[in-house]
Amino acid sequence: MAAAAGEASGSDSGWLGRCEFGRASPRGWDTVCLFGLWAATRVSPHSQSPKPSAPPRAIAAVRRRLSLRGTMLRRVSPSLRRALHWSASTHYGGAQIPHPSLSPSQALQPQWRCHASVASSSAPSPPPPPPSRPRGPSRSAGGGPTVSSLNPAEVAKFAAIAETWWDANGPFKPLHLMNPTRLSFIRSTLCRHFRRDPYSSKPLEGLKVIDVGCGGGILSEPLARMGATVTAIDAVDKNIKIASIHAASDPTTASIEYCCTTAEALVKEERLFDAVISLEVIEHVANPMEFCESLSALTVPNGATVVSTINRSMRAYATAIVAAEYILRWLPRGTHEWSKLVTPEELSLMLQKASISVEEMAGFVYNPLSGDWSLSDDISVNYIAFGVKTSETPSTNSTEARL
Amino acid sequence: MKPKPEPSPTQQAARNPHTLHRCAAQEASTAGAPLHPPPRVADESDARLSRLHHALQAKMLRGGGESDPAARQGLLRRAGFACGCGVRRGARVAANMPLTKHLRVGIIDSNPALKSRNHLTKNGIPDSRVSTVTPATISFFKDIGAWEHVQQQRHAFFGKMQVWDYTGLGYTRYNARDVGKEYLGCVVENKVLCNSLLLRLQEELDDIESVVYPTRLVSLTFPSKSRQAGMNPASSGQLSLGHATEELHRSNLVKLDLSDGRSLYSKLVIGADGSKSNVRQIAGIKTTGWNYPQSAIICTVEHAVENDCAWQRFLPSGPIALLPVGNNFSNIVWTMSPEESLCHKSMSPEEFVKSVNHALDFGYGPHPSSSALDHYMEQLFSGIGNTAASTKECFEVPPKATGVVSERMAFPLSLMHSHDYVSKRLALVGDAAHTVHPLAGQGVNLGFGDAAALAKVIAEGVSVGSDVGDLTLLQRYEKDRKAANVAMTAVLDGFQKLYSVDFGPLNVVRAAAFHGAQYISPLKRNIISYAMGDMKLPIFS
Repeated sequence: MAAAAGEASGSDSGWLGRCEFGRASPRGWDTVCLFGLWAATRVSPHSQSPKPSAPPRAIAAVRRRLSLRGTMLRRVSPSLRRALHWSASTHYGGAQIPHPSLSPSQALQPQWRCHASVASSSAPSPPPPPPSRPRGPSRSAGGGPTVSSLNPAEVAKFAAIAETWWDANGPFKPLHLMNPTRLSFIRSTLCRHFRRDPYSSKPLEGLKVIDVGCGGGILSEPLARMGATVTAIDAVDKNIKIASIHAASDPTTASIEYCCTTAEALVKEERLFDAVISLEVIEHVANPMEFCESLSALTVPNGATVVSTINRSMRAYATAIVAAEYILRWLPRGTHEWSKLVTPEELSLMLQKASISVEEMAGFVYNPLSGDWSLSDDISVNYIAFGVKTSETPSTNSTEARL
Repeated sequence: MKPKPEPSPTQQAARNPHTLHRCAAQEASTAGAPLHPPPRVADESDARLSRLHHALQAKMLRGGGESDPAARQGLLRRAGFACGCGVRRGARVAANMPLTKHLRVGIIDSNPALKSRNHLTKNGIPDSRVSTVTPATISFFKDIGAWEHVQQQRHAFFGKMQVWDYTGLGYTRYNARDVGKEYLGCVVENKVLCNSLLLRLQEELDDIESVVYPTRLVSLTFPSKSRQAGMNPASSGQLSLGHATEELHRSNLVKLDLSDGRSLYSKLVIGADGSKSNVRQIAGIKTTGWNYPQSAIICTVEHAVENDCAWQRFLPSGPIALLPVGNNFSNIVWTMSPEESLCHKSMSPEEFVKSVNHALDFGYGPHPSSSALDHYMEQLFSGIGNTAASTKECFEVPPKATGVVSERMAFPLSLMHSHDYVSKRLALVGDAAHTVHPLAGQGVNLGFGDAAALAKVIAEGVSVGSDVGDLTLLQRYEKDRKAANVAMTAVLDGFQKLYSVDFGPLNVVRAAAFHGAQYISPLKRNIISYAMGDMKLPIFS
């Protein structure tokens, strides 16, 4: 398959590299590291030996690179910056989300629509003028009419390390460590939204949930154990195979429906879910706006959507890109492109435009000393957002907007 | 909009320890016999159980020879023994542990004590196997609802403690009032602890028989690496076949073969089978440790009056402790060289009583007394906070024993610490993970601490949909407990070594330590808190 779709490549991949650069201690490094992508570049995933600290020269070099790259990036994505400026009027510093009605979502639209045109299969009407410039080099790659917002290069990256998904001490170890924290956010928000008993061992009983970009099923299986009826999709065929085989060994997870497909394809099939969850995927898709619209289209009215990703902040740059890719080399350079990272403001606006109102947001913070992840108000690096689909459908919304 | 952290199901669940499972097997299936899956762990279904044990102790297998109970952890004061097993189930009501009540738990323990279904009588001679439970352990029992059963059986709180040594250079008295508590601890017979947990479990379950497997573990088969990973895509073709599916499910579980021919399959096996843990050995987990050149003798003695204080005196060959067990009885735990222990075990009761009284009074050295220096020290530190009440208490001589009323038992002492507490689908608790010197009666309390921590971790895991046998999850338990257990092990080993040498300068150091602990109130309070289980590490705050 032509590695189409970007979103699916590995929901968890995005978290790669989010380590807290500034706070890591030599001891903490080895827990933090091991990101999957890093492993992809090395033949043997188990051989990591993170360097405890970087020599001063390396740091200086990184700093130079950082400043160069920072300016370049700022040039590259004017649309995102515009979104930021717009949202700045209702600006909030921490984790607050602007009220939907206050955000100038329409202002965003031309730009987003431009991008959507590159690889949009679900947009009902042809987009207006072509984009003046692609947002990233890989963006045009996915661009056939039948393809979704996914990025083939990203898909290939994750296929290479698929086998190691379930090795708790392998390259995805940090992901395994972080998983309970993500799940506790999902659990508490979904329990509140669907009025489920948070003390129940299966609070999601009866809810239809889709995990978009499921990777090896690290998130899907716990959701199934929490009682949800789970559908999990990924664009990488190998991931789906591994995930379904792994899930089959436990009766409670054997019912997960794994499909190698894309969100866009499911939208065409008119599938609907009570909750749509896509973690660490949006920064790897070719077109975030379209991806958000697909998520929205999969969500029933008043259903829930949960998205997590990495912020496009300096701190995220320092930890996820500089530290993880350049200094410690846990990840191949280029794993995360700064320009593709999405800020909480942008995510809120995109989701809002797709008829999802973001109601709650939290950051994930890693403590390198204890090796624990925890939820916090600090959304400067990794964050997760919970939104509710409003009754209007996305297509209606975008139509209106266009008018 | 901040995250609002979860409503804390886990927190709540945490209270209930129980959840645990000992060995559990999850869906079981067995061959042959009806299955009940025993195990604990488990899976959905049956509700009740869950809790349990936390203590787990009972757990599985007992191992070794002795009979006793299974596993438990602790060495209880006496080392070795295990007390019992408790099966503890703790159970606090389901309402309290909703997150884990769906887990099916099985307890594999052939201890006949598991057949008991009634409170033990308070009359009669106390058993010589007792445990000193700390306030931390008591609150754990209260959380799981088992303490009320203990209260209806024989138990003895003590609010005072006196520690001194044979040189006569110093002594320390502790009083619960120093830290604003009513008691320092409680001495409970192991069989009472066990029985209380069992009764609690029984309250929670309709058919306790389906949970307790009065048999022994013969072998344990962990899922092989390749099977558990289930990564062979070639096998996916079989998934549709019913039989193959069941095989596949089992291939990911631990298989437990029991001595009665049944087999159980479990997601998680909790090894609470004592210091010679069979489970640990089968799992191939290595340990570090050494044997002390000491044995402990335990027995019950009678006094003319009631004893309300715990006494411990360090003698040249090891400490002797006199613990109140209720009525006019006390328990003796006397550490000495193996040769001496044989001799004390075989001597006549009269001679033994005489030697006990001698050891607790003028034997080996004079009574300690206060000196002018102590008063300076006391005044110096009285500026820092209030003076602890017991600083002014004088040395007392323990009540005389009038007779030995139980069999005397002796067992060797050792220190052992397991390198790992967990592996995939396996967790060790209590003595199976660590044995300590019995000199402060901490072994059983560390074991219950393990059980409580493991129950909490499992409840947290359930709340986020983890597989309860998942290594990443279990490692949180290990991380939580290892620091506390290693610290206590080191402290107790240090005491053992410090007091097993008769060397002039060292004697002075020990005397200084006694005086410091007696007259420096902040230090005294810290020592008490640590010993009561209120602080995790001996860090002076």
